[in-house]
Amino acid sequence: MSLLEVKDLEVYYGVIQALKGISFHVERGEIVALIGANGAGKTTTLHTLSGLIKPKAGTITYQGQDITKTPGYKIVGMGMAQVPEGRRVFPDLSVMDNLKLGAYTRKDKAEFADTVKLVFTRFPRLQERKNQMAGTLSGGEQQMLAMGRALMSHPSLILMDEPSMGLSPLLVNEIFDIIEQINKDGTTVLLVEQNAKKALTIANRAYVLETGKIVMEGKAEDLLNNREIQKAYLGE
Amino acid sequence: MLSFLNYLISGISLGSIYAIIALGYTMVYGIAKMLNFAHGDFIMVGGYAIFTCMITLGMNPFVSILIAMAVCLVIGVTTEKVAYKPLREAGSPLAVLITAIGVSYLLENLALLIFGSNPKSFTSVVSWSGITLAGGQLHIQGVTIVTILVSLAVLVVLQWFVHKTKEGQAMLAVAQDRGAATLMGINVNHTISLTFAIGSALAAIAGALLCSAYPTLTPYTGAMPGIKAFVAAVLGGIGSIPGAMIGGIVLGIIEILARTYISSQLSDAIVFGILVVVLLVKPTGILGKNIQEKV
Repeated sequence: MSLLEVKDLEVYYGVIQALKGISFHVERGEIVALIGANGAGKTTTLHTLSGLIKPKAGTITYQGQDITKTPGYKIVGMGMAQVPEGRRVFPDLSVMDNLKLGAYTRKDKAEFADTVKLVFTRFPRLQERKNQMAGTLSGGEQQMLAMGRALMSHPSLILMDEPSMGLSPLLVNEIFDIIEQINKDGTTVLLVEQNAKKALTIANRAYVLETGKIVMEGKAEDLLNNREIQKAYLGE
Repeated sequence: MLSFLNYLISGISLGSIYAIIALGYTMVYGIAKMLNFAHGDFIMVGGYAIFTCMITLGMNPFVSILIAMAVCLVIGVTTEKVAYKPLREAGSPLAVLITAIGVSYLLENLALLIFGSNPKSFTSVVSWSGITLAGGQLHIQGVTIVTILVSLAVLVVLQWFVHKTKEGQAMLAVAQDRGAATLMGINVNHTISLTFAIGSALAAIAGALLCSAYPTLTPYTGAMPGIKAFVAAVLGGIGSIPGAMIGGIVLGIIEILARTYISSQLSDAIVFGILVVVLLVKPTGILGKNIQEKV
């Protein structure tokens, strides 16, 4: 049984069809990349998985449970967290309060303290700035906070939407290293990226999304070596 | 000098009532992103609920206020669910605003139907006569002191609730980013209902204090204080809890002093003139923050 199984997913914004029946699956322990150009439907896919948008047709099965109609606020409690595009940290709350909100669905206080410790070990800069308002952090720090916040909910699957967006090359490398680390620690990752090269380098498998359809899929290394992909997405 | 002090104190007291109403306005605006123009009428609903319990049924004032809070809470949450939520989900802020004005008329006319248009004379919920200072020259009424103390207590409790409890943090999260709040597992609709519940219950408290200080109750009792509290919320910085408090008290003082030293007819014009000036000079209000944010 796949950890996540998406079948024939169709999403509309009014009359415009954003997803035209996409199917894909994510297995436990994988890093799966979803690559594609602007407007291909990558973010729409993640928003639909997290229940922020309701699909018109198709099914989403997570850990064997049909979550197609599950309200968005219940998804994170089921073990699927998202690091949204543009970080979306709560700017007028402190770093610590952002992390607390990340653990909103967790009841155990002792667990919270342990998880915060873990997040601070992974992102030492967050610890240095734990009392600072999130809105005053740099872009890279906000990205780290968004990732740390998602980890606070102890997800089995973490959805990452353009984690490298707007970051310097050095920081991009750091963020991708961290994603690999998170995966090694046992969290499955579904990664949406415009930086296809980076994404394919760390992913096990990948899907290529074009105007709402999956046009190609396969092992990440195969896609890296595919001529068409190289031309269209890797700028080679 | 003593009379000035006296006016100042009644200004603070009136302002405290505005502040309690403004807190409801500002919280609903901050979290649900809507101006609930029916909010003022909940003062009137609270007033009639207290009147019915305390005077018609002869109940204890404190119990009457608690019942009025419950009544306002139920009507407030119901209004939100029935009238505002469907329109909010349809993504039409203007329709919500117009509906709020409709709800305001609905409540006023329901009160007219049930209680008639004759003013009811209200008995103060505070029986304490107050204190006399400066050798008998300065008398401060009990209801004035209680009003100020109650509004301070409301502010402290709200600040504690919003910053120290999980539900309060959820409110702040929803206010800042509804989508991200959902991703955290926060039920946004539940949080908005809770905000309406708190705002409406506060309106009942404001109703008790307002009708005790100005003891006539009509179906339109809440309309004017409601609008003034809206001005107070804008003056303090709409969306900010301490801002609503400051805005309310500043407005109350200005109104009483203007009524005393300038003209009783012009005092309302001055209050609304302040709204115009604030909107021109500092549209975000005293404690309002600039909306520019780093992306």
